[in-house]
Amino acid sequence: MEALDEIKVRIEAAIPGARLEIIPNPGPANQSSLLLDHAHASTVARFLRDDPALRLDYCSNVTGVDWLERTVKKKVKVKKVVEGEEKELEETREEIFSGYLEAVYHLYSMAHKHGPLVVRLRTRDRAEGAHLPSLTPVWRSAEFQEREIYDLYGIHFDGHPDLRRILMWDEFTDHPMRKDYREPDDYEYEPTPHDDVLEKAKQHYVPRPAQDGTANIAAQ
Amino acid sequence: MSLSTRAQHSAVEAPPGMPSRLDGELLEVSMGPQHPSTHGVFRMNVALEGEVVRRLKPVFGYLHRNHEKIGENTSYLGSMPYTDRLDYICSMSNNWGYALSVEKLAGIEVPERAEYLRVILAELTRLVNHASLLGFLLSDMGAWGTPLMYAFRERENILDLFESLSGSRMMCDYMRFGGCRCDLPPGWMERARKVVDGFPHFLDEFEQLITGNEILIARTQEVGKLSAELAISAGITGPGLRASGVNYDLRKVDGYGFYPRFKFRVPLGEHGDCYDRLMMRVLELRETLGILRQAMDDLPAGPIMNPKVKIRAFKPPVGEAYGRIEAPKGELGFYLISDGSGNPYRYRVRPPSLINLTVLEDMCLGHTVADVMVILGSIDIVMGEVDR
Amino acid sequence: MMIGAGILKGMAVTGRNFIGSYFEKDRLTTVQYPEERDVLPENSRNFPFLVYDTNDPEAGLRCVACKICEKECPPQCIYIEKSADKKPDYMGKPQFYPATFDIDISVCMSCQICVEVCPFEAIKMDKVYELSRRERFDALLMRRTDLAKSNSYYHSIHPLEAEQVDATLAAAAAKKKPAPTPAPPASG
Repeated sequence: MEALDEIKVRIEAAIPGARLEIIPNPGPANQSSLLLDHAHASTVARFLRDDPALRLDYCSNVTGVDWLERTVKKKVKVKKVVEGEEKELEETREEIFSGYLEAVYHLYSMAHKHGPLVVRLRTRDRAEGAHLPSLTPVWRSAEFQEREIYDLYGIHFDGHPDLRRILMWDEFTDHPMRKDYREPDDYEYEPTPHDDVLEKAKQHYVPRPAQDGTANIAAQ
Repeated sequence: MSLSTRAQHSAVEAPPGMPSRLDGELLEVSMGPQHPSTHGVFRMNVALEGEVVRRLKPVFGYLHRNHEKIGENTSYLGSMPYTDRLDYICSMSNNWGYALSVEKLAGIEVPERAEYLRVILAELTRLVNHASLLGFLLSDMGAWGTPLMYAFRERENILDLFESLSGSRMMCDYMRFGGCRCDLPPGWMERARKVVDGFPHFLDEFEQLITGNEILIARTQEVGKLSAELAISAGITGPGLRASGVNYDLRKVDGYGFYPRFKFRVPLGEHGDCYDRLMMRVLELRETLGILRQAMDDLPAGPIMNPKVKIRAFKPPVGEAYGRIEAPKGELGFYLISDGSGNPYRYRVRPPSLINLTVLEDMCLGHTVADVMVILGSIDIVMGEVDR
Repeated sequence: MMIGAGILKGMAVTGRNFIGSYFEKDRLTTVQYPEERDVLPENSRNFPFLVYDTNDPEAGLRCVACKICEKECPPQCIYIEKSADKKPDYMGKPQFYPATFDIDISVCMSCQICVEVCPFEAIKMDKVYELSRRERFDALLMRRTDLAKSNSYYHSIHPLEAEQVDATLAAAAAKKKPAPTPAPPASG
């Protein structure tokens, strides 16, 4: 398969207006990915599938990733005029990266037996803007996997033929794979509580040191 | 003989002009989740016209425990025993898939002996999986017990091997990043050879038992046909894909582990029906035995762990990796994102069982309700992996 | 070929297996539990136990309550409380000891990661399997006294492994022995 930047150049030549970006992967696996824009996602996907040199006819893996809003503190050197003298000062600046949800597609070619090409789509934000164009019309294998992302991450895939919850029950309202998901307080007694469970255990049981020296919760 | 049985199968459509007994009204039946032939807690909402399936919607989630969230909250090592519980028939291949992905993520090399051991154990797992699938599929078709017990007899021998090596019959938890947990106990290889040498006898007997059987032919041929185009588009992998005639086996394509060193063929089907999917397993079993013999002959001495890899406080560098193996059920992939800490930021399992169910409805439409069980059985699913 | 020949061929196989099971042992893999019991292989494992040396399950305990296993345990089934004081261990060296050491075996998934991460060879896997209880919670909570088992018991269930462990411990002890009188290096 061609290098990712060559593919990017070819897509941009074939589909005018497509905005692509290469997301580098610093790890040893070296699987860098291609970020697509929403408007051209399905055209680009069709190009990747049908282009005779690429023929990425097999979409192996589709998954969601949750990136929370994060602030990165950076130290920047700034030149300032202090008391008539120009000095170089260090300043800490906070850069805020807004949170978003991401869908990652791993594409392979069964015809040419190459791959993977990693394609990413990012939502505008983690609330109302959690919409992405569905690639199920291009690759049928995304059908259940996009449903799963909708269920567990809450990304709405526009154009998906049957977007329902798949693993959680229909009445469930939250999205459990999100990083800020908090499970409901349905504490069940456990003899060896740890961390969060221990905190819960303390809330649920009043210490009774006289009766049970046995329960660890009481001993806390 | 087989032609005459093939011809009987056009009777699924009502004759033209003759209204069906329900006059076009559909009867909704909920098959499962407590059904002996659904291979676990799997439910299908089927709409029937008479006996013919007109709509089928699979319902998942009865065994959902959010495996991926657990994986994000445990250390890299801590997820290894959890992978055993995905496809609980094939814990060794699950271990390998996860170990392979973490090795990709962190750039770890595996010593030669460990790679050979992994091949041997993964292929033994394939024997276990395919043998039990044949048994399950036949008992779905009404061959109640007998073939399943024969298959389980062979499986038992292999599970004994797993137990004496890893300590557990099914939840092996044997592989580690950069190698395997422990070396072979004394006498293991001789016993394994005996099992492998005895296996063809079982296969011959099994083929005699089933392949000429008229009932089996009538129930599987031309049932649940899957075209190659749909199979590729729907991401079907494993024997189900190859039964439709697509030559795609990750052991050949990716050449992970030491598979390029072994000589083996990839069996391909022609019709993509249940019969082909069933025979694909039988043929793959024979090839697997060949790989096992070669690997056992060539097994080198040496260390089984990469000494540079820390067991505790394992922290791979920032980055992401997708690793995949040819598990007995299809492509088993693990997608990991590391943020440099001891837990993965994202831990994703690409479950072959779930994705192979994508086309279940397409395969079942127009067949009778009794065929649904055969088609489902021929896909080969384990709910631990479907629901995760 | 006539229709039905395939079925008859299959029946012949079934018959051969049925009659064969009376003569060939390979065709019959089951045993009549509980009257008959299979011998478990050496590596077989199910739940962890704590090893103690000498004859004293209190003082001989190898565990020093470092809590590594508690941290690494994937389903978090181990609960340890470190002692406030130090007591001499079986080698006479003052050490912390676990004031509480509980394992909830209804949660434990027998992965033996605790055994792998233990730097003191203090926790090992047991082979007992008849552990059914009437209650779900406290009866399945193994306390320190239930968990402590002697080194000779360890030798009886995992002979090869136990020998290796003894050898490593002896080597480590021998390395430490000459420590009390290290000749001060001549400065200069």
